[in-house]
Amino acid sequence: MDYGLQAWMLVSASLVLLMTTPGLALFYGGMSRSKSVLNMMMMSFSAMGVIGIVYVLWGWSMSYGAQDVALLFNNPFETFGLNGISGTGYMGVGFQLTFAVITAALISGAVADRLKFSAWLVFLPLWVTLSYFPLAHMVWGGGFLSGVQNGLADLLFSGDGGAAVAPIDYAGGTVVHINAGVAGLVLALLLGRRLGFGKEPIKPHSLPLTMIGAGLLWFGWFGFNVGSWVPGDLTGDAAGTYWLEETSLVWLNTTVATCAAMMSWLLVEKLRDGKATSLGAASGVVAGLVAITPACGALSPVGSIILGAVAGALCALAVGLKYRFGYDDSLDVVGVHLVGGLVGTIGIGFLALDGGLFYGDGIRQLVVQLAVALFAVLWSAVATLGVGLLVKAVIGLRVTEEDEVAGIDLADHGESAYDLSSTSGSSRRPAVLAESKPVAEGANA
Amino acid sequence: MKLVTAVIKPHKWEDVREALETFGVAGMTVSEVSGYGRQKGHTEVYRGAEYDIALVPKIRLEIVVEDADADDIVEIIVKTAQTGRIGDGKVWVQPVDAVVRVRTGDRDESAL
Repeated sequence: MDYGLQAWMLVSASLVLLMTTPGLALFYGGMSRSKSVLNMMMMSFSAMGVIGIVYVLWGWSMSYGAQDVALLFNNPFETFGLNGISGTGYMGVGFQLTFAVITAALISGAVADRLKFSAWLVFLPLWVTLSYFPLAHMVWGGGFLSGVQNGLADLLFSGDGGAAVAPIDYAGGTVVHINAGVAGLVLALLLGRRLGFGKEPIKPHSLPLTMIGAGLLWFGWFGFNVGSWVPGDLTGDAAGTYWLEETSLVWLNTTVATCAAMMSWLLVEKLRDGKATSLGAASGVVAGLVAITPACGALSPVGSIILGAVAGALCALAVGLKYRFGYDDSLDVVGVHLVGGLVGTIGIGFLALDGGLFYGDGIRQLVVQLAVALFAVLWSAVATLGVGLLVKAVIGLRVTEEDEVAGIDLADHGESAYDLSSTSGSSRRPAVLAESKPVAEGANA
Repeated sequence: MKLVTAVIKPHKWEDVREALETFGVAGMTVSEVSGYGRQKGHTEVYRGAEYDIALVPKIRLEIVVEDADADDIVEIIVKTAQTGRIGDGKVWVQPVDAVVRVRTGDRDESAL
């Protein structure tokens, strides 16, 4: 790989980092109530803190390496602490690290207002270890959900030394979005509903924050998708040409799918509720980005518009399911990320230029995509349930009823987000200042 | 002395202040308040979930005036703040026993 391409990867990794801190933190924070916005933002920031470290210790090793275990994960000790990685090898680690961080941070939207901060900090490393790293290995590290021999696709349609039809997940429809969406659902079920769910007005406290967050997510997503190209064995000019062709398409697909999803979400709102809302626009943006994530390298721009439009409409409808079924997925991780991830992953089976049903290539790609999506759902559900039950048994998941009413910001962080009143009745506790002694004259003489 | 309290529509407050100043009112206390009467609140929808917002934002004016001016001031407020639609607000008048200017200690009429 040449210098320019390597520099692009560092930019991409930084863009993905921008998605979590502050993009997602703002997107979710604005949707929270004013008494829990800090906790919501802290869940994103702490995901960065915890998983950044875990990724270097054993995350990379579990995801990528040569010592595969049953096609499910890689030996966590092969390159523990990046032993054996050096030079430009760190670049790939950095890029993938940011993916692990945002995937875990996405889950936090499902647990607003009530998950103990300590429980979140313990959940994070366990969850990425049992759910994220294995799925990343299975999909991108040559494991069970790739086109490898004896992988799921190979078991369905065996080819020459591997699957005849390889699964497509360009930047994380399964690994990131289905995974986070399922985990959010499982955690929301384990935690139970917030006090007043479905009865009291639990509404966003600052939609401008949410709009800013959605905008930053969109911008950062260009690193997420456009950085997810794989050069293969290409070098020099060949690699550069391939990169330009590939990333031009991926950038455009990422953009137009998002445009279409925003507009279709707003259309559903206009028809159903009578008004097109700013929260709907921000949500539609994210739904479109989620859906195009696995598909951005496989579709035409027009195909991307179709995929985005379907995703925006379906997600706009899906966010109402939590009231029908009574689970408190507070900020709609299921409705946006699970549903959007499924639309994107399965939509590839219809819309892929190479292998899609609509292009006369039969149903094999569609079957493979469905099977991979289903497996990811099951894996994430079982892993999250195990981790969730363990944390619940050992330290408990939920804050007390009193703390939930008063607000988790105050209970777990000892802060309030907004101090706009000059008459709040607060007074400074006297600080213990160091005793100041007058300097004796001539002491330094 | 009388305390005149008026709760009016927020977009009418500038007109009312101007009219009162023209009449000679030198100061008043203004607060942003919320409440409801015959005018009910409104509906908000977030991701398809509907919420009834019961309270309507209003402006509350409080003015302490000499007895002789009270009726005129009430009339000015009513005339200026009126739109004829539900939600225009209310004005009421109460007697005031004593007023002291904090800076000087002046009492009653000389403190207004």
